[in-house]
Amino acid sequence: MAKNTLSSRFRKVDIDEFDENKFVDEQEEAAELQGPDGAEVESLLRQGDMMTAFHVALRNPPVNTKNAVVKERAQAIVLRVLTSFRSSEIETAVRSLDRNGVDLLMKYIYRGFEKPTENSSVILLQWHEKAFAVGGLGSIVRVLTARKTV
Amino acid sequence: MSLYNFGLEPLSCHAWNKDRTQIAISPNSNVVHIYQKSEKGWNKIHELTEHSGRITGIDWAPVSNRIVTCASDRNAYVWTLKEDAWKPTLVLVRINRAATCVKWSPQENKFALGSGAKLISVCYFEKENDWWLSKHIKKTICSTVLSLDWHPNNVLLAAGSADLHCRVFSAYIKDIEERPGPTPWGAKMPFGEMLLEHKDCGGWVHGISFSPSGDRLAWVSHNSSIGVADAPAGKEVTQLTVEHLPLLSVLFVSETEIVAAGHDCCPYQYSYKGPGNLQFVKKLDVPKQSSRSGTSAMQHFRNLDKKATTEEDQNELDTLHQNSITQLCIVEGPKSKVNKFSSVGLDGAMVVWDFKVLMGVINTKPGVPSRRKYVI
Repeated sequence: MAKNTLSSRFRKVDIDEFDENKFVDEQEEAAELQGPDGAEVESLLRQGDMMTAFHVALRNPPVNTKNAVVKERAQAIVLRVLTSFRSSEIETAVRSLDRNGVDLLMKYIYRGFEKPTENSSVILLQWHEKAFAVGGLGSIVRVLTARKTV
Repeated sequence: MSLYNFGLEPLSCHAWNKDRTQIAISPNSNVVHIYQKSEKGWNKIHELTEHSGRITGIDWAPVSNRIVTCASDRNAYVWTLKEDAWKPTLVLVRINRAATCVKWSPQENKFALGSGAKLISVCYFEKENDWWLSKHIKKTICSTVLSLDWHPNNVLLAAGSADLHCRVFSAYIKDIEERPGPTPWGAKMPFGEMLLEHKDCGGWVHGISFSPSGDRLAWVSHNSSIGVADAPAGKEVTQLTVEHLPLLSVLFVSETEIVAAGHDCCPYQYSYKGPGNLQFVKKLDVPKQSSRSGTSAMQHFRNLDKKATTEEDQNELDTLHQNSITQLCIVEGPKSKVNKFSSVGLDGAMVVWDFKVLMGVINTKPGVPSRRKYVI
């Protein structure tokens, strides 16, 4: 028969949604608790205390939530800190991080690459070079495979 | 370390016979080749052609001399040697997706098969009807099973899967064996019981391995990390991030030493001494000492003209394997003190690594390559 006389609405059903063994990510947590404290970071930057601002900005990353607003806010704060560093100080800052910190920094760097602005890519590339020297290819792979993105 | 190249095709999997004089490999196709060792290398003696899909797993039972193969055509065959020819027997695995890995149990009375159908098929031989039957383990597995390993007690089975979890199941089949005693993983072990589920290994769990005693379980996952679960220590999990590309295969070579290899084309050694104490030991591939016998001026300028560079050929990697290592296998030594292990990779090469040689090379001072001035 050339014409399908029965309803073909079934073709629009996503059968994988009904699979009882479907893989689901873990649940998200309350959005307010996530994300670094913007005000604290600002005050530290004004005082000129880069290192502490850096560490505060990397604290409490919004990995457990899917709320885009929270993530954007955190990204903006971290980017602000990263751009206010001088090139010569980047290496010391990266060395002061532990392994998880380097992985987290890499996540923020790649997030920053997604929306390039005037000067951001240059600075981010410098950070990327130093972070790569410490973290190696593994840290980049972890950015790509992480289900909990920053 | 001896390297043998089996051709241009990647080697999907390999298995050794009992005395390591024969090796069964599959060159990324639906055929298994069996090679016999000779003085000059390896000679092909058999070809096993029954599968219609790409072969994804081979395992050779040393004592009973049977080979089990599984492929993406959703089938598995058990091969027995009759009058110098391998005869296949179909196994009813009842899966509706490709099989991904297969392993004989330590006592060789059953084998486990992982598949893309989100289940593990444990198959055993039923004498009355003279065929292979299978039982399925499906509980909570949400995606393809990528790797399997048996516990030495022949009952517990560890599975790493693409849903980022690694699990330990009981594969106790009461028709063919007695009830096992309690282990540090648990006491009650009916078929399909899950004794450990570690969520969020970070990435697809490509390789998994029990320690020689069975008390510890190591796995490698796609987010470039290696993890160990310690049963006597309350099943505590220790994870270590790796600075290299993801590892694909992992092997315990003693109760505390672990060897893992993967996309970095080189095996690495790790040491696990207790919960929280998992450390990188060393890289097991000693880089080639590039023999730079003096370059004549003529050659120097010829290189400059042809390739616009005076450097030597840099197309090869430093390591023995020129492409990712896909599988590691014990060659010599009891599980508790492995002397030699083999690796196969996407470059079609099989390398046998010898710990005695590795110890010797690392202990001697590397010689300084002699440099001659240009000879005109």
